[in-house]
Formats: sequence, C-alpha cells, structure tokens
Amino acid sequence: MNTKRRLFLKGSMAAGAAGVAMSAGLLTPGMVLAAWNEGAFKAKSVDEALSALMGSSSTEAGKIKIKAPDIAENGAVVPVTVSTDMGGVDTIAILASNNPTPLTSSYELGEGALPYVSTRIKMGKTGKVIAVVKSGGKLYSASKEVKVTIGGCGG
Amino acid sequence: MSLSRREFLQVLATASAAGFTLTGCDNSQPSSTAAGVKPKKTPNNPYELPPFGNVSLLHYTDCHAQLMPIYFREPQVNLGIGQMKGRPPHLVGHHFLKYYGIEPGTREAHAFTYLDFPELARKYGKVGGFAHLATLVKHIRAQRPGALLLDGGDTWQGSGTSLWTNAQDMVDAQIQLGIDVMTPHWEMTFGADRVQEIVNKDFAKAGIDFVAQNIVWNDENFDLEGERVFKPYTIREINGIPVAIVGQAFPYTPIANPRHLISAWSFGINDEAMQEVVDEARAKGAQVVVVLSHNGMDVDLKMASRVTGIDAIMGGHTHDAVPKPVLVDNAGGKTLVTNAGSNGKFLGVLDLDVKNGKVAGFKYSLLPVFSNLIEPDPAMQKLVEKIRAPYADKLGEELAVTDDTLYRRGNFNGTFDQVIVDALLEVMGAEIAFSPGFRWGVSVLPGEAITVDHVMTQTAITYPNVTLNAMTGENIKNILEDVADNLFNKDPYYQQGGDMVRVGGLKYAIDPNKDFGNRISDMTLNGKPIEAGKKYAVAGWASVQETPMGDSGKPIWDVVMEYLRNKKTIKVNDLNIPKLKGVEGNPGIEL
Repeated sequence: MNTKRRLFLKGSMAAGAAGVAMSAGLLTPGMVLAAWNEGAFKAKSVDEALSALMGSSSTEAGKIKIKAPDIAENGAVVPVTVSTDMGGVDTIAILASNNPTPLTSSYELGEGALPYVSTRIKMGKTGKVIAVVKSGGKLYSASKEVKVTIGGCGG
Repeated sequence: MSLSRREFLQVLATASAAGFTLTGCDNSQPSSTAAGVKPKKTPNNPYELPPFGNVSLLHYTDCHAQLMPIYFREPQVNLGIGQMKGRPPHLVGHHFLKYYGIEPGTREAHAFTYLDFPELARKYGKVGGFAHLATLVKHIRAQRPGALLLDGGDTWQGSGTSLWTNAQDMVDAQIQLGIDVMTPHWEMTFGADRVQEIVNKDFAKAGIDFVAQNIVWNDENFDLEGERVFKPYTIREINGIPVAIVGQAFPYTPIANPRHLISAWSFGINDEAMQEVVDEARAKGAQVVVVLSHNGMDVDLKMASRVTGIDAIMGGHTHDAVPKPVLVDNAGGKTLVTNAGSNGKFLGVLDLDVKNGKVAGFKYSLLPVFSNLIEPDPAMQKLVEKIRAPYADKLGEELAVTDDTLYRRGNFNGTFDQVIVDALLEVMGAEIAFSPGFRWGVSVLPGEAITVDHVMTQTAITYPNVTLNAMTGENIKNILEDVADNLFNKDPYYQQGGDMVRVGGLKYAIDPNKDFGNRISDMTLNGKPIEAGKKYAVAGWASVQETPMGDSGKPIWDVVMEYLRNKKTIKVNDLNIPKLKGVEGNPGIEL
C-alpha cells in the first residue's frame, strides 16, 4: 500500500506540482525568488493583486478545475488543487477573495510541467477561492465558494 | 412490458401508497401471521406488507441509542428555503397530511406530525424500542428472504447507557438486531480509536460492513493521505442478485462535532468520488446500487440530481420521516431518495423488482413502530434489560414533574431546550444562554415525571461541558448568523443539518431568506438593544474546541438536573422563539 502510494506521489509530482518541478530541475530557487512580487502579495484586493502579479486583472472564464471543500474543516489549512487541460501554461495563481491579502500563492511552471498545483491555503472567512491561469499570454480564471464556519451545533 | 423503465417507475411510485393505512375498511385476513405482530388489534394489520420483487432492503436511521420505547414529537417548524420551499421534507402538520393524503387524528397522522401531540400520544402509546423493532424486523424479513438491514448511523449516541458503556450497549444491540451494513456520524464522537476498535473487532466478527466512501486520511498521516479509512461499499448477493451498498458518512462531522476526536480523518460530500465508486461497483457486476447516506435529505436530493447510476439513496441525519420516496431526475435516469425519521420510530422497507440486471419496479413503506402493536422480541428485551440493569436506579430518578409537553425538535426552539437554557441562565448566573440545535432527544408528556433517563436523551455527548464567557454583542450576532447560514443556506451542500441554536435571555428577529450576515436583526436583552461593543455573560455547552474557552468543568446534565430538582414542577410559560420574517405562506411552519 505504501509503495503504491509513493509511486503515485512520484507520478503526480513528475506531472507538475510546483514543489517537485523545482527539485526536478525545472525551476531553480533563484527563479522562484525572482518570481516573488511583494506588491502582489501585499495587495488588499483581488484586482490589485492580479494587476501587480500578471499585469492585468481582466480574465476570461477558463476550463480550470478547482478541488476544494464546500465547507472547510479547518480554515487554517484548506486543501486546494488546481488543474487545467489548457496548454502553454506558465503561471497558476490562487487567491482567496475575502482574505485581507487575497493572493495566497503563485506558481511559475517551467516548460514541460503539467499545469497541476496542490496546496494548502489559509482562509479567514467564507469567500471564493479563485484560480487564475496564464496561458499564451492570456489570463483565465475559475472560482469556487468555500465556506469557513465556527462549527458546532450539527445533528 | 411496453412501458419504459422510467414510465414504469413513475406508475409504481404513484401506485404505492404510504403502506401504512389504518383508515381503510378492508376485512381481508392478513396473508400470514408472523409471531409477535398482533393482528387482532386492527382489522387491517399495518405490518402485513405483501412481498414484492426480489431484492429487499430494511432501513432505520438516527435511533440515537433509544433502546426503550419513547415518545417523539415531530417538528412544527421545518422550513424549506429557496428551492426547498414547500417540498418534502419541508412540510409540517396539516400541510404534511394534505400532501400525503393522511386523515387527521389517525395513527399515521400521529406518527408523522406534531398535531394534537399529547392527546394522540396517550391514545396510541409509545413508539420504537429495540425489542419491538427486533420483532418487526424479523417479521418483515421472514416474508423477504435475503433482505438486508441497513443502519444509517447516529446509533451509538443519545442515551445515558450508550455514553456510560462507551457505545458498547448499542453495538451489542445492533449485532443482536442483525444489521448488515452501517455508515456513521455521531459514532465519531467516541473518537477514532474506539470507532476502529468496534469496526475491526465487534463488527468484523459479526460480519457487519462499516462503509463510508467519504472518509479519508488527511495530511496528519502522510503515508496514507487521501486513502479511504473504511470500505467505501460492500457488494452483497440477495437472491442471486449482486447489490452494492455504498456508505456516505455525515460530510461535515469534523465541523459540526469536535475535529480533535478524529483529527487524522477528512470528510466532505465528495460527489466525484461517489460517482467513481458507483461506477466501480457497477463494473464489478452490481445490478443494484444503493447509497446508505447520512447526508441529510436536502443534500441527498441534490446528490441524486448530480451523480448517476444510483438506484436509491436511503438517507438520514435531518430526522425527516418521509412516507414516500422522492424520485429525482439525473443524466443517467432516476434515483429514489428516502429518509426514515429518527429515534427508532420508523422502519423503512424498500422492495425492488430486479429483472435483466436492472431495477424494473419498486415499493417503499415507512412503517411507524408502535410499541403496543408489536410484542417485544424476548432475546432483545433480555439484552436491553441486562444493559440497563446496572444503571436502573440512576436512570429512574424522578427530578421534577412537567405540566407541559417537553420536546426538542423544531427549527428554532423546543420546550425541553427552553428548560435547558433556563437552567443555564439560572445555575450559571448568565445573561444569555446558548444550547445547540440538536435534533435528537425524546419527548415527555404533561403530568409525567422528568427522569435522569429523559435528561440524558437530551444531553448525553462526549463533550458535555458548560462554558461561561464574556462575549461582545458583535460576537453574539456573528454566532447567530453563522448557525443560521448552516441551516438556511440556499445551497444544501453548504448546510450542516441541525437546527438553529436555542437562546435564553436574548430576543432577536430572523429572516431565513436573506443572505449570510443579513438574517439576524432586532437583538435585545431585557428590552434593551444589544450593543456591538458591550460584553455579555454567555453560558453554553458542547463546544467543539479541544480546550473550550471558559470551561466550567461541569457537564450540562448536572446543570439541568440541579435546576429540575430545585423547580420540582416545570411549566414552560415563555418559549423563546425569534420573530420570523419572510416565512408567510411557507408550509414548513405552523405557529
């Protein structure tokens, strides 16, 4: 079982999770650092963050799959997976619309990496998880509502 | 057969009545008289269900550890909001009777509605009880060889004995009853280790499958992350036909109940995984696929519209007793959705006619378990007596006498909850009290003594401590808004089940149709508006935090018992229900 899981992990990593893309030599730490954009990560709104990060906040609806819970089990670590069938993807950004600083993370994909990112984000309160994908110089986005609740009182 | 499957299903659905009708004047003798069911009491024995088809599934759910016959008042307020307005299960009282064509004042009317509750409860007697349920199960099974018995969960929690025996009493009763498959919710509040102990020892030995497609290891267990903790489904052969039973545990267990008790497990609705599991079961040869669900009925209905290949979802959690299945269209055909009430009050019987590898027809009955129409099963009665004997004196202690019917169920408050919040205010010296909107807990009739047994059915949980905190008006508003959204969100996938938190002291108004943050208004305390920045002394219980703020160290039952012993007589003069806005004409409320 463990072997199987490890093989699976290897497979999915090779398929493009950013962390592994790095260890596979597709990205170097220097490149990741180069991508750090203080203005974008400190921006107080989705539009502001996108403008700072991607140079524009205008996006088209894209065939992007977001896997995230309907209601978060723990707002401090909400699992989010973003993937797309689009080709030529060089950036995937994940934003939480109602966070004080909405941009949670941005991934620069090297050539040949499949557009698949799996991560954990922190959400202060209920809002949209927005995935923005840059493909062929254009921006595409999709979103999913994730509820953050104080819990209790069920059943 | 010239009808298509779809047409045929529709015809049968219309033709199959609720199954339990005592109002007819049919003099025909019952086809068979199985031991234990008393046919003499009524000319038309409600428990004579002529067998139909070749695959039968019996289903009970949310019994909440009620081993003994009890009274249980159905809700007077069960609002459906948005698309759910006026649709089953969101019908109460006269609206319910009219929708299902049930005569007022009948046994059936009493089983399914709150109408004339204390009078009809005295007339028709108690409901449920495992010894009576056991007789009924044996009787129905005798006519349906190979039938499976499905337990929809919320079985291990809800009584003094289940708490004090660490759920062993209910596990023994389930095995004695002969359940085949189970899926969980409140079971989880006994902690992950205890759940696995029961599943791997007691259940494994008894051949019971504990199924849940939507419980996976989370990143606390790196090596297993994403893998299922339990079997997602089981395939059992009934009369030579492979039948898959897929488990769907309560999706929001780590949110509605303490996450720290099952910290390495992640839940969720997981439609896509459900679809994969259904497809896999079909590929393995299952001719019938049934989901044993603890979603809650609104979630079941939405899931049935999105996932294809499921013949029936047999559900629970929201405690809705729904006499007829709802047929839901989806891209692959139709799926039946049934929900089977709570507290051991009902047994659902689904008969399927499977021909050429497909379901060609069905009949469904939701049988109320009237304890005085059914002889108790001797072996089960002996077990129940053995379980209760060590605690008999304690359980039987009479704490006070009630002048009013005490009940819990309803969207906003129940009389028993009023007693609980009154007790919290008085014993804890609080200005405002909160009590969770649970849907379990039995009813007590006017003139009856309130016993420790009764109090435990309202309070027996593994995280019972009372808290006392200073909260700002803003905090209080946020809590009310949060809980209201869990109940009234227009999208069922964002609901958690349960009812509105019950409040003592505080008055407020609510418009369930509004969006998050805008439902609650007009909050007052002793006639004065609540101030956002001012702090108030708030008592509550059942915190889901591992180390609750303001923990008094006192379990809620001690607080309630102390209050009852002091009062001696209980009269609920002022049932604190919020002022309701925007619900005129909604058939989910009769006030």
